[in-house]
Amino acid sequence: MYNFDVEKPGTVADAVAAMRTEDAQALGGGQTLIPTLKQRLASPSTLVSLKGVAEMQGITRDGDSLRIGGATTHATVAADGNYAALSALASHIGDPAVRNRGTIGGSLANNDPAACYPAAALASGATIVTTSREIAADDYFQGMFDTALEEGEIITAVNFPIPQAANYQKFVQPASRFALVGVFVAKYADGVRVAVTGASNEGVFRWTEAEAALSANFAASALEGLSVSADNMIADLHGSATYRAHLVKVMTGRAVAAAS
Amino acid sequence: MPKDTGIGAATVRREDVRFLTGTGEYTDDITLAKQTYAVFARSTVAHGTIKSIDTSAAEVMPGVLAVFTGEDFAEVGGNPAGWLINSRDGEPMKEPKRPVLAHGKVRHVGDAYAAVIAETVQQARDAVEAIEADIEEFDAIVDMNAALSGSNYVHDEIGTNQCFDWGWIEDNREATDNAIKNAHHVTTLELVNNRLVPNAMEPRASIGSYKASTGEYTLHTTSQNPHLTRLLISAFVLGIPENMLTVIAPDVGGGFGSKIYHYGEEALVLAAAKRLNRPVKWTADRTESFLTDAHGRDHVTKIELALDKDGKFLAFRTDTKANVGAYLSNFSTATPTFLHGTLMAGNYTVPLVYVNVKAVFTNTAPVDAYRGAGRPEATYSIERVIDKAARELGMDPIELRRKNFVKPDQYPFASAAGLEYDAGNYDALMDKMEEVADVAGFAARRAESEKNGKLRGFGVNAYIEACGIAPSNLVGVLGSRVGLYDAATVRVNATGNLSVMVGAHSHGQGHETAFPQVVAEMLGIDPAVIDIVHGDTSKIPFGMGTYGSRSLAVCGSAVVRATEKIINKAKKIAGHMLEASEHDITLADGVFSVSGTDKSVTFGEVALKAYIPHEYPLEDIEPGLEETAFYDPANFTYPSGAYACEVEVDPETGKVTVERMTAVDDFGNVINPMIVTGQVQGGLAQGIGQALLENTSYDENGQLLSASYMDYTMPRADDLPMFAVDHSQGTPCTHNPLGVKGCGEAGAIGSPPTVVNAVIDALQSGGKDVTHIDMPVSPARVWEAMQ
Repeated sequence: MYNFDVEKPGTVADAVAAMRTEDAQALGGGQTLIPTLKQRLASPSTLVSLKGVAEMQGITRDGDSLRIGGATTHATVAADGNYAALSALASHIGDPAVRNRGTIGGSLANNDPAACYPAAALASGATIVTTSREIAADDYFQGMFDTALEEGEIITAVNFPIPQAANYQKFVQPASRFALVGVFVAKYADGVRVAVTGASNEGVFRWTEAEAALSANFAASALEGLSVSADNMIADLHGSATYRAHLVKVMTGRAVAAAS
Repeated sequence: MPKDTGIGAATVRREDVRFLTGTGEYTDDITLAKQTYAVFARSTVAHGTIKSIDTSAAEVMPGVLAVFTGEDFAEVGGNPAGWLINSRDGEPMKEPKRPVLAHGKVRHVGDAYAAVIAETVQQARDAVEAIEADIEEFDAIVDMNAALSGSNYVHDEIGTNQCFDWGWIEDNREATDNAIKNAHHVTTLELVNNRLVPNAMEPRASIGSYKASTGEYTLHTTSQNPHLTRLLISAFVLGIPENMLTVIAPDVGGGFGSKIYHYGEEALVLAAAKRLNRPVKWTADRTESFLTDAHGRDHVTKIELALDKDGKFLAFRTDTKANVGAYLSNFSTATPTFLHGTLMAGNYTVPLVYVNVKAVFTNTAPVDAYRGAGRPEATYSIERVIDKAARELGMDPIELRRKNFVKPDQYPFASAAGLEYDAGNYDALMDKMEEVADVAGFAARRAESEKNGKLRGFGVNAYIEACGIAPSNLVGVLGSRVGLYDAATVRVNATGNLSVMVGAHSHGQGHETAFPQVVAEMLGIDPAVIDIVHGDTSKIPFGMGTYGSRSLAVCGSAVVRATEKIINKAKKIAGHMLEASEHDITLADGVFSVSGTDKSVTFGEVALKAYIPHEYPLEDIEPGLEETAFYDPANFTYPSGAYACEVEVDPETGKVTVERMTAVDDFGNVINPMIVTGQVQGGLAQGIGQALLENTSYDENGQLLSASYMDYTMPRADDLPMFAVDHSQGTPCTHNPLGVKGCGEAGAIGSPPTVVNAVIDALQSGGKDVTHIDMPVSPARVWEAMQ
């Protein structure tokens, strides 16, 4: 670890101001950032901790929309009963220590290609609320570790429309227990959305053929005959591109079968 | 009714109080006055020539006290291999020097070429980043076949990457070849025994200190065998006289073999402490552990089993390439040879065995003994090929093994691989396994799994291993450069409590609980008054340390011998006190009595008399009550077992889950059944880890892809079922006084083939023509094998 300063703003406005320091870095729960710093792989001048920003904490429901503050921990989401599939997803991120520190805003800002939350946000058609604007999930995810966030922009909340039925199936990479392939399926009145994490070199993506088939017939059997191309799938010591493409279909089928 | 104390009692481990309350004292917990810190500069390339190292910027950084490079150690000795292996042609193995710091070349990622000593760790780390090393990178030698055929060498001075080409038993080679050529049936299997990273919970750490006024050095270090480390540093590396070097291994958080060996970091902190006249501490981070702890296994093997028409084994022939990595670690040449080849007859009456092992240098971390050390490799090869043969012949795998077992009336049994098994009963183990594992109920469980869309498989294994390593005379003939006895001192204090100094080192094994049970049983006293002292060369007489499941069989026997001497002397003292002949004195429940009378004195009264020798026959008996014994066994001990595993395979994803795991072991007599059960459970976890999860992967450039827990999968509790562990079928070892065998490695030896056999059974039950999958049997590998 190299030396750095720490700022602990109490309001979003103070956080935005603190982020104007050159080479400042926002700190959510630190579950990715702190190990990175310990390895000396990053050297921010200032860490701006978002933990104490009250307006970024907690979950509120407004009709069929759920607002989750950007600094809300996975454990808090897991314990919430409003969006069962999302809570179930949060309850399987990392281990209890990770879930009690890690935050939804931190996860979405980092956009790890194997993280779980990006699949939920994209499949739910969520809106990413930042310090300067609102970004549709379809526009937000721009590839592995790449998002629409600008320098200094902070995720203050995420708005999830609550679906009629949804489920997330994660096939874990055995060491990290991130998703080797994770599929989030969400059924809304206007159609089904399917988002896949862990599999692609381009990060989280929507499987549009499956969405069309499932919108017509929300049953695992609707996927028969469909397949996902292995082109541009991740290949590493945990699985080939072909294996990952195969798992996308298996996990999608299981998510549909389990959706409630 | 189980006993409360003494031999056979499931006494709770007294050391766990400090371990579980965070009050253990590990090397990194120790801070010496004026302590400084070392950080190493390590190679980021696998193979290259060091053109220059510029340390000038680092030397003037804040807090920096000294910078060392390989040049500083060019004149000192190399860290040696402890076992000389001769090739089939009689040529001795190649022994390139293993320097304290890389000099001339770097040979694996993580190879240390410089070290900075500074006032703080952070300052040392900053200075390491300021060292400018010009290293010309060469192609990395990673694949063993390429290593043997190419002209690119890890060690240029030896002109080959082959360390040795060993044959066992060379005189049987031709007969074995003929038996295979003429056999009714030959089953062949090519397999990889996957490389493992040891992953002790506590990373390696060392503190060197030096006292200028006397010239004495002290090394606190994470060692399984402090005397062996002292010997290596004194006799081979730094030349410090043994009586000027104290090695202390305090609480050590697991070793699994990786802390047997002397490493360059230990020599560096000692040399630096002398130069600075201040203590120097180094603690590995987890990345350093992955890159530089000696790894385990890494064999590529072809095994053939010849059978007659009735399924009797005629011969095993094995062709193995064993990766030794970039340098020879201390036991690296013994592990793939005499700890592997000698076990290649298994539990069987097979008349012929021939093993060929080629040891190969590569640009990877050194490979050495890891929990089981050679025996897991032997068991895996034998028990996988037997399973394959059973399928090919349409025979029941349990019956095929039983047909070839050594029978109870055949002991002592001379195995075709050169060992003499002293005791065992493999059929009784198999009977017990069938009962505990409920083999009869398997069909119903399989039907239930199939109803849920899963394939269920049953795997079985019979193993024998050789541990309690072992007779110095025998290992000397086989090439060992050390003796393998052990030592203990029993000191009875004047007030009747005892300190027992043992050469074995406890780093998780529970010696502080088990050894007192032995002494207490012999003396008839409360084990609570007996304290075990270990891990400090200034306090204990001598010792070869803890590895190869030897602590109780070898050091425990030394404890018995020393306690017998105590009893003999105490009887003399008691005889004097009771005015009777020592020959008429009996000891029971801590009381010395004159046979046939009511005259007696307690153990405590005798102890007091020994140290306050008023009215004492000084002309016949020395004061004091302290005895030392060295014990050198007559043979290895031979634990054996029958294991069973049931797995479920998800045919859609290839995911394997272990549903049931049964381990029935023969450990001879058991001192503390709770500790033994714990040892087996730990071994099973590591064996299942090897079978399903642990994948040490180097890419073609010699970069370790699985260099963190993000990619290296350690077994976790939810990867494992509840284990069924049974050790009721013990046949006592015939040659040590306790009748004990070793239990520390059995689980890791017996389980990998059991698991893989079960996976293959599951896939075959689903109609898949899969005869083998290499470990780790990951979901991706299973799914690909099914396509």
